[in-house]
Formats: sequence, structure tokens, C-alpha cells
Amino acid sequence: MAKEKKRKAAEEAVDGDDYIEREDEKPKKQKLILASQIKNKEKRSAVYAKLKHEKRVEKRKKIKARDAASKQALELGEEPPEKMVPRTIENTRELDETVCRPDDEELFAGNDADEFSAVLKQQTAPKVLITTCRFNSSRGPAFIKELLSVIPNAQYYKRGTYELKKIVEYAKNKEFTSIIVVHTNRREPDALLLIGLPDGPTAHFRLSNLVLRKDIKNHGNPTSHEPELVLNNFTTRLGHRVGRMIQSLFPQVPNFRGRRVVTFHNQRDFIFFRHHRYVFEVKEKKEGLKDKKSKASQGKTEKKAIARLQECGPRFTLKLVSLQHGTFDTKGGEFEWVHKVTLSHVYSHLTLD
Amino acid sequence: MQNDDVIWDVIRHHHCSYMAKIQTGNFCRNPYNVTGICNRSSCPLANSRYATIRDHDGIFYLYMKTIERAHMPNKLWERVKLPKNYMKALEIIDKHLEYWPKLLVHKIKQRLTKMTQYRIRMVKLSKKVREKIMTVPRKEVKRESRREEKALRAAQIENVIEKELLERLNKGVYPDICNYDEEIFNKLLDKNKEEEQEEEEEEEAEVEYVEGDYELEEEEELEEDIEDMGDFLKANNFEDIEGDEDDLEEQPAKKKAYVSYPLKQDDGTEKVRRKGKKVVVEVERDEDMGNRQHNVM
Repeated sequence: MAKEKKRKAAEEAVDGDDYIEREDEKPKKQKLILASQIKNKEKRSAVYAKLKHEKRVEKRKKIKARDAASKQALELGEEPPEKMVPRTIENTRELDETVCRPDDEELFAGNDADEFSAVLKQQTAPKVLITTCRFNSSRGPAFIKELLSVIPNAQYYKRGTYELKKIVEYAKNKEFTSIIVVHTNRREPDALLLIGLPDGPTAHFRLSNLVLRKDIKNHGNPTSHEPELVLNNFTTRLGHRVGRMIQSLFPQVPNFRGRRVVTFHNQRDFIFFRHHRYVFEVKEKKEGLKDKKSKASQGKTEKKAIARLQECGPRFTLKLVSLQHGTFDTKGGEFEWVHKVTLSHVYSHLTLD
Repeated sequence: MQNDDVIWDVIRHHHCSYMAKIQTGNFCRNPYNVTGICNRSSCPLANSRYATIRDHDGIFYLYMKTIERAHMPNKLWERVKLPKNYMKALEIIDKHLEYWPKLLVHKIKQRLTKMTQYRIRMVKLSKKVREKIMTVPRKEVKRESRREEKALRAAQIENVIEKELLERLNKGVYPDICNYDEEIFNKLLDKNKEEEQEEEEEEEAEVEYVEGDYELEEEEELEEDIEDMGDFLKANNFEDIEGDEDDLEEQPAKKKAYVSYPLKQDDGTEKVRRKGKKVVVEVERDEDMGNRQHNVM
């Protein structure tokens, strides 16, 4: 804009030479004007659109050049140029000392001595007690019904007005191995409290994004076979502990005939729960013409083994809020880990991942 | 000087700042009022001889005012501490208010009863455990939901699960899944194993940190084995889990429905997974292993 003003000024000037000179100088000294600084909306949007178009064109050029280079390299039989990998949090993560290592003796000793070893070594079968907070409404009961179908050997007891500590005692007497308390807030299940027994840790999770079975398209109906468990990405010490805790909810003897799999996938401290029925299939695939190696088998149909999943059961995400040593006791208990909000979120400080 | 009637007249018919008019009646907000109602007999300002019970920190005090001290508002109210015991408190009230009008004494005792009752309730309630409502600032809630979405996208759960299941299939964890064509599957499995073997050795070094993925899954498999071995353990009093693997070879006949322990690779080395260990230890097999029944699916 300023350029135009100056040009106008130059035109209006009487003495052509001087002003023309100035005109030449000014653009060099002139600062670059951002599109956002232009006050006129039409002009601003026009400039911005132009900018974007230029960027897009450049990008396309780059991509073309890259593709051409790799094609050329392949044709010549050389190595194609390195493919660029985008930076993600997962691959720029620096692992610190809390990550479990495969050769950690301490870890195994700890595992043997921890609260879940009895269940995980199959000395006791898991028996789960599910209950709710005092006021249960709307989606709560539906969610609990589905939980009952997911976790084998689980029982639901109504809450009444019992204190949680009393419930823990009651469960101990009846030889349960863990308690799940589903907490409802504003008519939505909001939090999950996982209490191990007899003196197991208490994990408090925040529940979000609950999708019930009936809301899932093409859902399947689970059978009552014992499910297989898949626990992904619980790499740190804390994550390992939480993973074992979750594992102790399920019987350690999956019935593979049932082809049921329950997944707890941990990603960036969010634990995603999924429940599927799977099937292995043989897929016929025509080999692509791109791959140099497959030149020999060009034209033939390749058979590949695939697993296909059908989702059944609820879908939700958990986020660990606190892990307390011992059974439920907020005042006197010792907290192993509490979620603290730091002003700067540094991704290398993932706790469960 | 101090004429109660005049005071009452002025207060009632003009303005009393302690009076609160509600639908159901007139109430008195004066803290020294016995009944709490705006009445000629209950007004602490319009009665020169008056008494109340007030509660401070769970202890009840009997307050009395007499006309002799009417000109000293600072020292107007005389205070007597009442014991926590209800009966004793009643006695003390009787002692102090012996020659006072019966109506007032009666009202005071009623008040004492009510206060004792609510004190008991308060104590009971404080002992009870109640849920505490904690609020989360909205910014945090939004932030968390945004992060969750991104994490979900980064996770690619379905793909990961499918891969995982295929790996387990390749390792032979599933003894008897009956929904596919045997031949093709066997061929495929062999093929896959060949392809993967070359890569495997390179991957070993990286396996350490990624191991979190496999580790628990391996435990799963081991546990599946252990279930079968469970009977063995009890029958043969074996405590050492690793030892069992060897024993099992010798006694395959004892197995029930399960055909064998599938975890063996074709290449002659055995991956022994120790309970809880993340290490994938390669142990050379014995000669016997060759005779083992191969998994017939």
C-alpha cells in the first residue's frame, strides 16, 4: 500500500528526476508488510489469497520435484533419496530413566512382590465388584451393563449410602480381587476408580468420550468367552504398574475360540479402551507395479493374511489422575503419583507412555 | 428512663432494624432473641429483664440482662457457661433463673433442647464422609479434550490391534482357530516367517525400548501356557516355571485338548519368556525339541 502511495506522490511531483530516484531507493529500504496489517478487508483478503496461492504452487512444485527425483533414482537403479519423515511427539521423545528397560532386575523383583502378582500368576482368579457413586443416572447404568459384559466374572452392586471404605471391607470379606467405582457427573459417567484388593493401589481415572454399544455402527455382540488382552505402550515404570493393574482385572487364561480382544492402548497418557471381535482372513491382492522387487511376480495375485475387527462393546478413554498406595483413603493414604498441572506442557514428561 | 412499653411501641410501629417480615410472619434477627420471632415478650430490646442461650464453638452460654445494668450497654449481658451435659445444664439454668418469669424460663429450656439436638447432629455429620466436589477450570477441560483428539489420531488403534493380532498368529499363540483355510494359512505363515526373520535380527537391538509393547503380550502368552502347565505344576510340584518347558516336552502325552506349546520358531532357537521379564532370551533347544509335535491347526 505504501508503495502505491509513494508512486502517486512521485507522479504528482513536479520534478521528475528527483522523485524517480527516491522511488528507486524507497522500495529497497521499505519493510515488508504483512497481509494482516492491511486494514482494508477486501484488499487484505486479496493479498492473503494471493500469498496462499503462491505457497500452494511452491509446495506442489516441491512435491513434484521430489517424486521425479525418486522415480529417476529407481529407474537408474540407485537408492531413492531419503524419504522425509514428519516430526511427531512420539519420535522426538527423549526417554528418561523412568522408562522400563528389558534388563531391569529391579523391575522383575518388583513385579513379583507387587500386589497383582497373585492374580497374574493365576494363584487367584480375578473377581470384580462394580459399583457407582451415590447418584447414578442416565448413561451410568447402561455403561455398567456393558462393563459387566466386557469383564468376565464381574458383579454389580448398588451403591446405597455406604461409605467407600466400608465397601472395600465388605469386598475383602467376600474375596473380591478388585473394585471398580463408576462416578457420574452431570448425568455422564465421569471417572473410574480402580481399587485393588486386599491392599492394592487405588487408581483414579478420568473417563471421557464414552460411546455405548448401541451407538456404534455395525457393532457386534460379545460372547462370554474370556477375552484376550492387548496392552500397548505402557513403557514407563508407572505405566507398567498401571498396565499390570488393568491386567489383573481380567482372567489370565484367554479363550481363543471366542476371538474376543480387549485393548487398552496408551498414547500420550490417554488410555483408549476398545473391545473387538476378530477374524483372520486371506486377502487376495494384486501386486503393485511400483515395487521393483515384485517384477517377477507381476500380474499374479498375492495372498495376504489379514485380521479384521468388528467393534463391540463400549469405547472410552481414560486418563490417570492419581495413583494411591493402599486402598481408598484420600486423607491418610500415600499417593504414588498425582497429576499436577505445569504451566509449560513438556511432552517429554509423559508419565504413562 | 427504661420503659419497656414505650420502647416496644416505638419499635413495633415505626421501625426496628432487626425485624424481618416474611410470608409466614415476623421474625427477629437480633442474636439475643430466644425464640427468633418478633414478639412483645421475645424482644430483647423491649424487655429489661431477659435471658438467652447462645452457642460459641460448640459450647453453650446462658446470657442474662437486668435492668440494673441498663445504662451500661457494654456490661449489659452477663454470661454463664453451661456444661455439655443436658441435665446439668438444665439445673444450672434453674439455679440462675430461679425467680424469673416462668414463661421465659420455659422458652429458654426449649431453646437449649433444640440447640443440643442440632449440636449432636452436627457432630454426627462431620464424622460422616461426604464427597467433595472439585472443580476443574474450563481451560483445562478444553485443553485435555484437544489433546485427547490428537492422541487418538496419533494412536491409529485399529491398525495397531490388527498388527498385534497378526503377530500373535504368526508366533503361533492361537492353537485352534477354525475359520480359515488350513493350507493357505500355513503357507502364508511360513512365508511371513521367512520374510520377517531377516528383519528380526536387526530389530533386536531396538527392541529394548519398544519392548513395552511386547512385554505384556508375552506375559499373556506365557500365562496361556501356564494355564496348561498349571495342572502340571500341581501334579508334579514344579515351582520353577522355566523348568517346566523342558518337562513338558517329555510328557506331551499327558496334555489334554491342547496340542502343544506353539511358541517355537522353526529356526531351531527357542524364545523363552520368563514371567515378567522383558528380555527375549534365546535358548538353544535340545535335540528333543525336534521331535515335538508341530502345531496342527
